[in-house]
Amino acid sequence: MTQKMNKFNSLKKTTKVDFATYLGVIVVFIITTILQNNGSLKRSAIGLLVPICCYMSMAVSLNLTVGILGELSLGHAGFMSVGAFSGIVASQSLMGAIPNAPVRLAISMVVGAIFAAIVGLLIGTPVLRLQGDYLAIVTLAFGEIIKELINCLIIGYDENGLHFIFNPAGNKTVDDLGLSASGTAIIKGAQGATGTATIATFTAGFILVMITLIVVLNLTRSRAGRAIMAIRDNRIAAQAIGLNLTKYKLMAFVTSAALAGAAGALYGLNYSSLQATKFNFNLSILILVFVVLGGLGNIWGSLIAAAALTILPEALRQFADFRMLIYAIVLIFVMLATNNPQVKAFFQKLLPHHRASAEKED
Amino acid sequence: MEFLSYLISGISLGSVYAIIALGYTMVYGIAKMLNFAHGDIIMIGGYVSFCAMFYLGLPNIVAVLLAVIVCTVLGVVIERLAYKPLRSAPSLAVLITAIGVSYFLQNSALLIWKAAARVYPPVVEGSMQLFGGKLTVSYVSLLTIAACVVIMIGLTTFVNKSKMGKAMRACSEDKAAAQLMGINVNATISATFAIGSALAAIAGVLLCSFNTSLMPTTGSMPGIKAFTAAVFGGIGSIPGAFLGGLLLGIIEAMAKAYISTNLANSIVFAVLIVVLLVKPAGLLGKSVTEKV
Amino acid sequence: MTQKEKAKLVPVSREPALLTERDADKSPVLECIDLGITFGGLKAVDNFNVTIGRTEITGLIGPNGAGKTTVFNLLTKVYQPTHGTILLNGKDIHDLNTAQVNRAGIARTFQNIRLFGDMTVEQNITVAMDTQMHYTMPEGILRLPRFWKEEHVMHERAMELLSIFHMEDLANAKANSLPYGAQRRLEILRALATNPSLLLLDEPAAGMNPSETAELMENIRSIRDTFKIAVLLIEHDMNLVMNICEGIAVLNFGHVIAKGTPEDIQNNPEVIEAYLGKQKEA
Repeated sequence: MTQKMNKFNSLKKTTKVDFATYLGVIVVFIITTILQNNGSLKRSAIGLLVPICCYMSMAVSLNLTVGILGELSLGHAGFMSVGAFSGIVASQSLMGAIPNAPVRLAISMVVGAIFAAIVGLLIGTPVLRLQGDYLAIVTLAFGEIIKELINCLIIGYDENGLHFIFNPAGNKTVDDLGLSASGTAIIKGAQGATGTATIATFTAGFILVMITLIVVLNLTRSRAGRAIMAIRDNRIAAQAIGLNLTKYKLMAFVTSAALAGAAGALYGLNYSSLQATKFNFNLSILILVFVVLGGLGNIWGSLIAAAALTILPEALRQFADFRMLIYAIVLIFVMLATNNPQVKAFFQKLLPHHRASAEKED
Repeated sequence: MEFLSYLISGISLGSVYAIIALGYTMVYGIAKMLNFAHGDIIMIGGYVSFCAMFYLGLPNIVAVLLAVIVCTVLGVVIERLAYKPLRSAPSLAVLITAIGVSYFLQNSALLIWKAAARVYPPVVEGSMQLFGGKLTVSYVSLLTIAACVVIMIGLTTFVNKSKMGKAMRACSEDKAAAQLMGINVNATISATFAIGSALAAIAGVLLCSFNTSLMPTTGSMPGIKAFTAAVFGGIGSIPGAFLGGLLLGIIEAMAKAYISTNLANSIVFAVLIVVLLVKPAGLLGKSVTEKV
Repeated sequence: MTQKEKAKLVPVSREPALLTERDADKSPVLECIDLGITFGGLKAVDNFNVTIGRTEITGLIGPNGAGKTTVFNLLTKVYQPTHGTILLNGKDIHDLNTAQVNRAGIARTFQNIRLFGDMTVEQNITVAMDTQMHYTMPEGILRLPRFWKEEHVMHERAMELLSIFHMEDLANAKANSLPYGAQRRLEILRALATNPSLLLLDEPAAGMNPSETAELMENIRSIRDTFKIAVLLIEHDMNLVMNICEGIAVLNFGHVIAKGTPEDIQNNPEVIEAYLGKQKEA
């Protein structure tokens, strides 16, 4: 294998970068675990660990659609939502059958991923023919539709299996499920999922991030990834070399949805109560901000941006009401600083040794 | 009769969407950017008129004018400070900046006016009884529809006839060529943002009168829906935005009345998706094919 | 009607083929029969009848706006022809789309270069070999043996192709960082990587200096000889066309006004008129 690898200069180089990424994530995980165990982390910080892992995974998976495939998606939270609620249903209904929490968590995340992938396939098949802003608005629309549909769901579980009600008029309650005495309601319409057993752990979050990284990075370095990037760079030329556009676009879109679904399941099982309105347009935008600030196609950047921008509002908590305002200003300034030629030139003058790397980005 | 009343409320809601969508579509046509902060300018317009009426005690018409002026200035300032430096940047960077501006406006409003919803009394009170009291039409509805038609006609005339309107059309076709023809592109873009923001202010007043409430997130959802309306009609097209806005309002009102309140937005969005799949450039949009 | 039945009903080419002696006994790679397209009443290409031999270099020339690139777009199904038939290796390609036409054997370059700019030179070539790879997406993600094996083979092939233009050193450079001439050459290699039986080159020498053009000429010939494929090229450099083409078709206002060997074309009064305008009697 080593001999073979020596011949692949390019593969070798990217493999090195990938392994550095994996190593970085592992080191951060170990350090954080140590800090957590010796009590150096504040309670509020510990509470952020699982969400940060979920957001990292969301950002990396969205980067596959936006950075690698080059299509703007404004409905990524919709897939997270599908994953969250299908994961919660799976976990709650398997509670008796699989008492072991980590195993149940793993199964729930797989269920979340599968459901999100199915929804991704159903959405992607018709809409990936659209391009640019039109695709963006349609994904936004689907995100909102998913939110409202889940808001109308009432699901319960008893020894006879799962019971569903679709409740668009809003006039039905859990009592209409017809659960037996031993049954429990899992999702209660607009109230969302309540009484969920919170089995999400930081270790599971770490594994999720690692799997997401391996899937996205290895996909990018394989023939599928090359084809996806080719479609991004030049659609017409991609067709002219025989690539099946629909197949590869769907591959990227569905993979991205499945990873978001797994992240959603973990997220959902981190809270005892969760409403579908949590996964709204603003959350989709938040994830997109991670991706853009981290750099399109830059997986490392997505990870750091997701972590930093989740911690930042918490760190600014002392500024209370001003924190979101500061967040907004930081966002605008970072975009101006990284994209305006004059501002960029100004910063490069300040940091002469950064000039070479900054020019490379152009 | 019930149907007629829903239809009228749909048309007047649609008229508000249409006014917002007109602003959206003009800005998109010329700056080729999704200005996500547009919805929040609506909200600012609402608050400014609210404050003018209740804290300053100004007459309604003056309050509306004040809102228009403040929003126009705000729109131009935002364009100058946040969007103009990014004119050559990738569109995603501009999109994220617009989102930043949107957060900024929302959170500023939150600090100034607090999160609690304010009761916003309609700018014109009262209603009209038709068919011997079987059908009630509020004056706000009538005013909204009238305002929308006037704005639509005025805007079409302006864009087609005036010198600035022609400059706008030239810039939306090709900015570089327009510049070479002696058109001041920066001034034209500023003028577009000014008009769009002025329309947003009017829409804000009408929307708040319609909903009789006002809070910092008031503009978000109508903003997104108006954007949907603009895409629905064919983004960049003025008649398209008008048609899209009206249809969206009617569909929403009908869905709420006859199908499900909880799924009204979903139905609106589902119709949008179907329309885009059949006509990828929207109802009145021109589809552009890439030359090989 | 099945594909087979359709192929049977295709009219036989009435035009004399532009075949060299070398290819006379083999079936032609491409036959265009009464091919044409109308854009809103305007006949951009009409009655295009050209046959290309298996290993022939054919030139397609004509003044600007004559419809040359449109012919390429018809052959690669960027546009669906409004009339006529295209037979590729004897099979009608009427129902194929652009990607399927490529897999059936037509590869092309573009007049305005269309590389995958943010990908490396090597990736630009290996992505074109996608249809020759067989490992699946999970195999790629898990990096199973077939991934390594096929990636290795494709890497070697890409390097071989790059060596045609002595571009091996540029393998890891970004495609849009290459100078113009290298970009044009890379586009040719990318097209070759799809294993075509017919290579369409749209102004391959555009923007090249005379010595680069001379080198390109040799390269095109050697590509034909090595890969045993046919080449159809659009070119304004008459020196290049007259030197390497065995057959030439001249297009003007969407019509073929002349066909034949370079000598025939050079002496054809209609061609001279199309290029230089009507000359007064001296």
